Amino acid sequence: MLEVSVFFFRVAKLYCSVEARCAHRKFSSKELSSMNSLIRNTSRCLRLGAACSLPRQAEGRVWVASTRRFCAASDLQKDLGDMVKKDKVVVFMKGTPAQPMCGFSNAVVQILRMHGVDDYAAYNVLADEALREGVKVFSNWPTIPQVYFNGEFVGGCDILLQMHQNGDLVEELKKLGVQSALLDDEKDSK
Amino acid sequence: MAVRNSHGPMLASILRCSRPIRFARAVHMDPARPVEGAITSKLTAAFQPEHLEVSNESHAHAVPPGSESHFRVLVVSERFSGLSPLQRHRLVNEALKEELSTRVHALAIQAKTPEQWRLDPNVAKSPPCMGGSRGDVTMEDKLKAGQ
Repeated sequence: MLEVSVFFFRVAKLYCSVEARCAHRKFSSKELSSMNSLIRNTSRCLRLGAACSLPRQAEGRVWVASTRRFCAASDLQKDLGDMVKKDKVVVFMKGTPAQPMCGFSNAVVQILRMHGVDDYAAYNVLADEALREGVKVFSNWPTIPQVYFNGEFVGGCDILLQMHQNGDLVEELKKLGVQSALLDDEKDSK
Repeated sequence: MAVRNSHGPMLASILRCSRPIRFARAVHMDPARPVEGAITSKLTAAFQPEHLEVSNESHAHAVPPGSESHFRVLVVSERFSGLSPLQRHRLVNEALKEELSTRVHALAIQAKTPEQWRLDPNVAKSPPCMGGSRGDVTMEDKLKAGQ
C-alpha cells in the first residue's frame, strides 16, 4: 500500500506541476499524450478497484510486483504475457536472487550465475499471491520456479538442471545472444 | 560439450547423483500415506513404467512431520520416447493434476526412457530446503486438505 500511496502522490505532483507550468508554456502533443496516458492508466486502475502493479527495481535486476494483487485476473494474464517477453531471461521464483527462499529456486539462480547470466528479470512470487497463482495458470505449470527464455516457457528447476548438465543450456543461451561464462572458462583453460 | 560444475558446494551436491540404483524398489501402498499411494497408482496407470520411484521428501522441508507435500518422482517409461523434457514433465503434471492442485506443494520429476535409464541409472538429489514453506499461508491450506 505504501508503493500505491507513493505512486499516487507522484501522479498528483506531476499533475500539479503540469497545471503550474501550463500558464507559462505550451506542451507538445507528445508531452500531453504521455501525461494523458499516465492519468488514464491511473483512472483505469481505480476503476478496477485499486492500483495496478508498479514494478520497482531493487537489487539490480529484480522486479517486485508487490501491488499486483489488486488487479483483475485477466489484466494479470495479459501483463504476464508482456512480462515474459520484456526480458530475454525471466524467472518466477520464491525469494530473490540475492536471497532465495526455496532450494529449487536457489538452484535456478545458481545455474544462471554459473553461466554468467546476471541480467535477467526475477519475480518474487512470495511477495504477491495473485502473481504466484496467476503465473501457474499462465504457464500451465503447477510449481515454482519457472524459467522463460525469449518469452518461451523453458521449465522448472529439474529441466534447467538437465539442460545445464547435458550442455543444452549453453546452446540455448547462445540463441539468446548470451555467451555462457562456461565457454569463456573453457577457452581460457586451453 | 563438457560442462564444468565447479561453483558452489550446494549446487555441486545437487549435480552429484545421490545413489546408483541396482534393483527396482518395491512400491508400497501404505494407507497412512494416501498421497504417495495416489501418486504411485496414477503414474503407474498413465505410463506403465518399467521403473517407478515415488519419494516423499516432505521431512526435508519446513512442514510438520508426517506431511505429504513435497515429492520426487522418477518415471522410466517407453511413453517418453521422442518427447522433449518439457513435454515429458507436462505429461507427469497432467497425470498428477489433482494432487498438484490440492495437497502437493512441490514435485521434482525425472522422466526417462528405458534406454536412458539403462545408460544412467541414477536418481537425482533435491537441493536443501531454504525454508520457503515456513510462514507460507498457502501451505496451511495444502496440509489441511488432507485432514
